Amino acid sequence: MKCSKVWLKEWVDIELSTKELVEALTMAGLEVDSVEPAAIEFSKIVVGEVLTVEPHPNADKLHVCQVNVGKERLTIVCGAANVRPKLKVPTALIGAKLPNLTIQKVKLRGVESGGMMCSPKELGFSKDHQGLLEFPEDAPVGTDIREYLNLDDEIIDVALTPNRGDCASILGIAREISAITQKSLHQKDIKPVKPASKDIFPVNLVAESACPRYVGRIIRHLNSKAKTPIFMQEKLRRSGINPIHPVVDVTNYVLLELGQPMHAFDFDKLHQHIDVRFAKKNESLALLNGQMIKLSQETLVIADAQGSVAIAGVMGGADSAVSETTQHIFLESAFFKPEVIAGKAREYGLQTDSSFRFERGVDWQLQQTAIEYATQLLLDIMGGEAGPVIEAKSDQHLPIVPTVSLRRERVGRLLGESLPQEKIMNILNRLNMQVDIEDQTFKVQPPSYRFDISIEEDLIEEIARIYGYNAIPDKPYFMPMIGSPLNPTEQIFQKIRYFFRDRAYHEIISYTFIDPQDQKLFDPDQTPLVLDNPIAQNMSVMRTNLWPGLVNTLVYNLNHQQTRVRLFETGLRFIHVDHKLEQQEVIAGLIYGDMHKRQWNESSRSSDFYDLKGDLEALFRLMSFAQMEYREVSHPALHPGQSSAIYQDEKLIGYVGALHPSLLQMKDIDRSVYVFELFLDKMSHVKRLSFEPISKFPAIRRDIAIVVSHDISIHQILKAIQENLGNLLIDLEVFDIFEGKDIAADKKSVALGLTLQDMSHTLNEKEICDLMDQLLKMLTSNFGATLRK
Amino acid sequence: MNTNITNLLKEAQQSIDQSKDLNILDQVRVTFLGKKGKITELLKQLGTLPEAKRKSEGQVINQAKEQIQSWLEQRKSQLETQELNKKLREERIDVTLPGRRNVIGSCHPVTQVQDRLVDILSTMGFVLARGPEVEDDYHNFEALNFLPNHPARTMHDTFYFPDGRLLRTHTSTVQIRYMENHTPPIRIIVPGKTYRCDSDATHSPMFHQIECLVVDESVSFANLKHLVALFLRRFFDRDDLETRFRPSYFPFTEPSAEVDAKFMGTDRWLEMGGCGMVHPNVLRFGNIDPEKYTGYAFGFGLDRLAMLYFGVNDLRLFFENDIRFLEQF
Repeated sequence: MKCSKVWLKEWVDIELSTKELVEALTMAGLEVDSVEPAAIEFSKIVVGEVLTVEPHPNADKLHVCQVNVGKERLTIVCGAANVRPKLKVPTALIGAKLPNLTIQKVKLRGVESGGMMCSPKELGFSKDHQGLLEFPEDAPVGTDIREYLNLDDEIIDVALTPNRGDCASILGIAREISAITQKSLHQKDIKPVKPASKDIFPVNLVAESACPRYVGRIIRHLNSKAKTPIFMQEKLRRSGINPIHPVVDVTNYVLLELGQPMHAFDFDKLHQHIDVRFAKKNESLALLNGQMIKLSQETLVIADAQGSVAIAGVMGGADSAVSETTQHIFLESAFFKPEVIAGKAREYGLQTDSSFRFERGVDWQLQQTAIEYATQLLLDIMGGEAGPVIEAKSDQHLPIVPTVSLRRERVGRLLGESLPQEKIMNILNRLNMQVDIEDQTFKVQPPSYRFDISIEEDLIEEIARIYGYNAIPDKPYFMPMIGSPLNPTEQIFQKIRYFFRDRAYHEIISYTFIDPQDQKLFDPDQTPLVLDNPIAQNMSVMRTNLWPGLVNTLVYNLNHQQTRVRLFETGLRFIHVDHKLEQQEVIAGLIYGDMHKRQWNESSRSSDFYDLKGDLEALFRLMSFAQMEYREVSHPALHPGQSSAIYQDEKLIGYVGALHPSLLQMKDIDRSVYVFELFLDKMSHVKRLSFEPISKFPAIRRDIAIVVSHDISIHQILKAIQENLGNLLIDLEVFDIFEGKDIAADKKSVALGLTLQDMSHTLNEKEICDLMDQLLKMLTSNFGATLRK
Repeated sequence: MNTNITNLLKEAQQSIDQSKDLNILDQVRVTFLGKKGKITELLKQLGTLPEAKRKSEGQVINQAKEQIQSWLEQRKSQLETQELNKKLREERIDVTLPGRRNVIGSCHPVTQVQDRLVDILSTMGFVLARGPEVEDDYHNFEALNFLPNHPARTMHDTFYFPDGRLLRTHTSTVQIRYMENHTPPIRIIVPGKTYRCDSDATHSPMFHQIECLVVDESVSFANLKHLVALFLRRFFDRDDLETRFRPSYFPFTEPSAEVDAKFMGTDRWLEMGGCGMVHPNVLRFGNIDPEKYTGYAFGFGLDRLAMLYFGVNDLRLFFENDIRFLEQF
């Protein structure tokens, strides 16, 4: 809401400086977005009257004019098309200062010019106006225009919260200033206009609960040549509204000043009567702005005998709109219920000054006053004959002023500062609330323009904001001890993030909505959730895994000259399990490029599957996650020969593998990318760690190398050895894998280091030999293993 | 005999002094003191001497032997020191060369700030809670006292799914979800992703918030002010940070406030976030009796706090994930 300080002063005395006023409004909940001067800096520009206009002897488009500026007559060369005798215009005198310009005597094509007549653009009033700014005939010649137009004014732009529709007017803001500064509000003398005819038009409230009050009036014989006076134009301009037509300007003026949206119909275009009703099926309407819309049946409309002529409270129709030639109008001043108008403008892609106010609540006792005020203004400007005021209303559907109980004790309890009864009374009175006191309880009736006061807490907020939030002291709250700050899952998140950071991964945060093509590429088996209103097509489906974001980030960084990239991300994935949405916590990551940054003491090599798997194994160990099992898997995004599903207790908890080469090609990535994904929700964690005793007896190490078929996985062998040796086996490592040379083509040699130890005694040579013998037998019978010689 | 010994000692001293390393020195030792060494030979010859001479002569030889031994040891220690020094010289490395594999990754600045906030509020007794990002209208709006079609809803440019579900527009959803399963006293901190369909230099369609909720028998606006001010001072690590509270409007709090902060030496108030006393309707939706309990809540934009904390000037940097940006944190 942009308001001129000068206009505000018509309603309330303001002794505060603008800075103080801004501070006071902001601290009372009316945040000021900006303060701008009403006009740019200029000086020595006065009202001038053009006396004569002669053609310039040397230039077709220029005129030589005599201009009366009061004390003297000036000869001014002017190029404007609208210059003509008797015109009153802003005239810059010699020495006048405008931005980037000081007026001096100059010769224009051989004729001396002693000043300049100004356009609205030169005065900063508008950006695109052609021609001179025209003043009315009664403009006092010689008066400085800053004084004449009251330009030493400031425009205060107040950002309104949705609950304060009552402040969407000069009157509303003035009321607030009055409440804050305790200066009384000036009442404007708005008298009923005596009807000059008995001309009325029937109004039927078909939807009376949606529109409990509709006030209208016919005004005939308006002078269609009349112009909006400059003082009104100026006020409209300062509130950000362009003058259009005197009728529209007047309705806008009343809307701005009182907060009552109004509409004027061209009376000749209305048929028989006005119905306020909901739209009928398949009804459509051509709007003022040229838009043709199909009305939904929940839309309240103003209709005549032939159909709808306006969307109630939002916008009028094109056919019944006021035009240059309009002589007779029907003026509307109505109260539409906020809940009926709310969302309607938006539904049709509109946002109007009218809908803005109606959906926040317009004072339901204002309609008569507003129509009288508008009528008076119109008659003053355009003449004409006003008919009587027509009012259609439904008392039972008009809002009921609530009586809200307020306990003084509750004020103290909620604010933490108890306020004396007089203080509370004083504040409520300043806000125009009716207050009665019944044993420590205030019975409060808010004014009809407040739609946001219905419960005790609403009143407490009112008291607090006028009392001043910052006048309420800060008081510590001593809290009982409860709970532990981080639950185990959260602790794990933090640990995991630090783990990957320490291993040279960078954490990223990518959008959870991704390109549907990427989703198909990386996880074709999942059907993703699709957004109804995405910001862009490539941000329109919810991710079903985290790889697209990671891989696209990799590509972004490769395009910015990175050569070694390690990334990870934590967050939700959105998948369907048995047709139900699950939002699962996932950690995922990737590695690309050399294992190490090129350095003087380390030979470089590409990182590979086992580098990534090694990181995961270390992570599992750090987190004390129980034994994981890696199984070959076929995953659409992964290399069929280099990918593994990770299982914990027969539950799938993630994947690790190389990205599929065709995917690399599609993303234009030149080297292998290894990715992982762990479903944190699915992983079970080892219970609290508990101590296991350490044997006092020496451990014995035996190395064996066996030859087995190529197809047998190491995991199978290790598992069998573990089961075979049980607790005696305290460490088992694979220290060499060899194929070729002396080994048959379909076989591989596996070198294993076994460390054996018993809790109760030192294992002797015979025991060890026996153990190894039966181990070998087992390996032979289970896997066809032979001892490598 | 004595001159013999004297010469021998001279000879030994010379050889010892001229020994250049431990091997040569050991050879010298063998020459004089070895099984067939010159001193040993002399001692062997003692038996041939007359009884009377034997003792005095023996003493002289033994003294010479001790003398040689002492010289040997001196020289040995000298040579050892020399050799150690030489070895140390040879083993010298350039300590200014970089260490091996010295790279480290980074945690995202937004999660770092999130961790920091969680840490601070944990010390104040808050428990961390989370909630889903795909939400229903009930938890995102209705139970937070947003009436259907109310203009306050349109301030939240909401992403919708065809079935009416939505991406949560704020972390306040977790207020309701937590109250559904817990009874007061409640003290939670909720960090997380939030979404609004809005994208420009200062808005990201996905962003982060952190939310706090306290519900207890008698918590007040004065308590809220105290906590927010304390929390901001701890977060920015500035005891001179000023805060102010401006009346504002949120459907789920009443009274509601915006919090601004100002750093010493500046005169600009920076918007930090919103807060207020939990609206009684919201408590009721959470099955909590508003007559018995009161509550307060506050919420801040995590990304904005991260921008202020690290001096980042463009929100979009957080979601570009450029390694040159990330590795700075």
